[in-house]
Amino acid sequence: MIRNLTNRILVIALVLIVALWIDLNDKITIPNPFDQNTNLFERNVKPRLGLDLQGGLQVLLEADLPESAQVTRDSMETARAIVENRTNALGVSENVIQVAGDRRIVGEFPGAEDADAILDIIQQTGLLEFVDMGDFTPEEGSILQTDYLPGSTEPAAQPSDGSTVFHTVMTGKDLSSVNVGQDPNTGEIGINFVLSSEGAQVFGAYTSANIGKTLAIVLDKVVISAPRINDAITSGQGTISGNFTNATANALAVQLRYGSLPIPLKVVETRIIGPTLGEDSLQKSLLAGTVGLVIVVLFMGTYYRLPGIAADVSILLYAAILFAVFKWIGVTLTLPGIAGIMLSTGSALDANILIFERLKEELRAGRTLRQAFDQAWSRAWPSIRDSNIAALITAGILFWFGSTFGATIVKGFSLTLALGVLISLFSSLYITHALLALAFDIFKPKNYERWIGI
Amino acid sequence: MNILGKRYYFFALSLLIIVPGLILLFSSGLPLSIDFKGGTLLEVKFDNQSPTPSDIIAAYDEANIKDTQVQSSSTGSFVIRSEFLTNENRDIILTALRNSYGNLEVVRFDSVGPSIGEQVTSRASLAVAVSSLLVVLFIAWSFRGIQNAFRYGICAILAMIHDVAIIFAITAYGAKFLGWEIDALFLTALLTVIGFSMQDTIVVFDRIRENTNIYRRLDFENLVNHSIVQTLQRSINTQLMTVEFLLLALIMFGGVTLQEFASILLIGLLSGTYSSIFIAAPILVLWENREWKHWFKRKATA
Repeated sequence: MIRNLTNRILVIALVLIVALWIDLNDKITIPNPFDQNTNLFERNVKPRLGLDLQGGLQVLLEADLPESAQVTRDSMETARAIVENRTNALGVSENVIQVAGDRRIVGEFPGAEDADAILDIIQQTGLLEFVDMGDFTPEEGSILQTDYLPGSTEPAAQPSDGSTVFHTVMTGKDLSSVNVGQDPNTGEIGINFVLSSEGAQVFGAYTSANIGKTLAIVLDKVVISAPRINDAITSGQGTISGNFTNATANALAVQLRYGSLPIPLKVVETRIIGPTLGEDSLQKSLLAGTVGLVIVVLFMGTYYRLPGIAADVSILLYAAILFAVFKWIGVTLTLPGIAGIMLSTGSALDANILIFERLKEELRAGRTLRQAFDQAWSRAWPSIRDSNIAALITAGILFWFGSTFGATIVKGFSLTLALGVLISLFSSLYITHALLALAFDIFKPKNYERWIGI
Repeated sequence: MNILGKRYYFFALSLLIIVPGLILLFSSGLPLSIDFKGGTLLEVKFDNQSPTPSDIIAAYDEANIKDTQVQSSSTGSFVIRSEFLTNENRDIILTALRNSYGNLEVVRFDSVGPSIGEQVTSRASLAVAVSSLLVVLFIAWSFRGIQNAFRYGICAILAMIHDVAIIFAITAYGAKFLGWEIDALFLTALLTVIGFSMQDTIVVFDRIRENTNIYRRLDFENLVNHSIVQTLQRSINTQLMTVEFLLLALIMFGGVTLQEFASILLIGLLSGTYSSIFIAAPILVLWENREWKHWFKRKATA
């Protein structure tokens, strides 16, 4: 019925072993045989649960710029990295920050309870400016108007109402590194910074031309310190001094290090899912899945007998492989994702049912078991193929659109559906086929009516 | 079994569900949740004291927040819907509630700006439209060996539209009588049903395709009827599997939002099987016979 059946069974066993290995571990490591302390391969395959299953905070941020303003992919990516760094600094683990579409960023913080702390830290603009004060020395803590406009390199025009607008020489984005240091002589705590080569040029040129003038260091329009320029600083290094304690200096350094956002962001959506709601739906969905699966297994076994049992085994393998693939790729499981899994499990079963109905039909038409067996798969194939291709087309388009507008709900559904459909094809066409051939080989049923349930 | 002979009864049955539902939907407007129209949903659970819904609305009024609706859930928490709340406003409200009624726990807080929902809706409809078009083209190509291949794709899409219409109709009834809303999970249910509907129809059509080559002398109507009967057992068993599977999930889930999701899914999947047998294939026959030519004539002679 199948040539090379042994090989097929071996392939299936191998796939199962790998799948179970991934399923049962949270971390896959292959140790280096030559060096005890390092691993040849390491991958974290902890299952990832979506916020709707786990509880937590979800925030959708949007570029706070007019529709017409061009937002580049690069600047969105930078903003994403900054948000990620800032929130990681909070010590919340397993955050997921993703760019969604052209101008949005989705942040997910599983298990986070204090939404405000997270929102605060994300929304900090942390805009550092070095401002040309001329001969005027502002007080620390005073608020300045500067001509810096986000995204623009040109200085803004002076307002007509007579208030003074100071010129920004350079912003924090030219900083390449920042750390906290202590002056060995005075014991004063300061923030040492190193500029990028471009920044060093600007800074060098400016400080050489303005010796004796005041250069204010301004964070979010608030003056931190306003030192006088004593020497030209051409080395690209300098220190911000102010009345810092160790803690305030560190906090400022973090803000500076993770930079000012290249684009201002506003919060357009916040979701807090309480841990009870999340836990509840996870528990219930697991229970429902298990009970549903048991009933399906029993039904298939009683209605289709031997083929049904083969299909049962193949569905269980399907579940093991699917779960392993999810863990491997790092698919985040959400309720829509579970709907996608159910649909693809349905189509895995459907493929089996199509084949078995075909098998019965061919047997009733008087074919031998061997003929009917071969016919069942080849005759059911076009319909399985076409219906699954249609499902894959739909899943593909939904995934594409899901990525562009950031509707994670659509994306999660389409991803699990597509993976499920592909694995279901493998399960019904390859695994069931081999298992049933093996079963017929072993039992060699004479009165197959009883074994197949005609 | 002559299924096709009764095709106008099946059409009538579907229209009987769809038409009043859609009228209801258009007359009272889409029951959109905050996912689509923007706004805030705050679910809180009080530790000890429990205010009445009107107390909560009063607290919101005091904070100058409009469009407040309060629902108490079966688990003893309150689901409060209102206009879009900023985080400052949320804190004001929570502080006010804590001061008056003691400690509370935030079970859920969803706040969605109005622009997002519109975009999701329009993009999702576009996605469905594009994938439908591709599926029509794919089916037409895959059925290219037989006559009028294009019709199969279009009939599959008509059956899908039927299922979508059924879902919207049922949602309209649910909105009217049970307070259902169209939310993001509704979108998921809709997408699931669309996927299932297409798969199911294609299986029936595949059998017609196969039989076209076997029974060359049979007229089209009998051929289609024969194909439906041949796939009937499979349709019933698959339906049993998927729906039974999901029905159990529905019973186990139990949560208010999920119950709605599972009910829509259940009806949609049933409709998906129904439409592939009683809508898609009959329309194919109707088209083959060009029956619309006789619709009005028959009336005239009767």
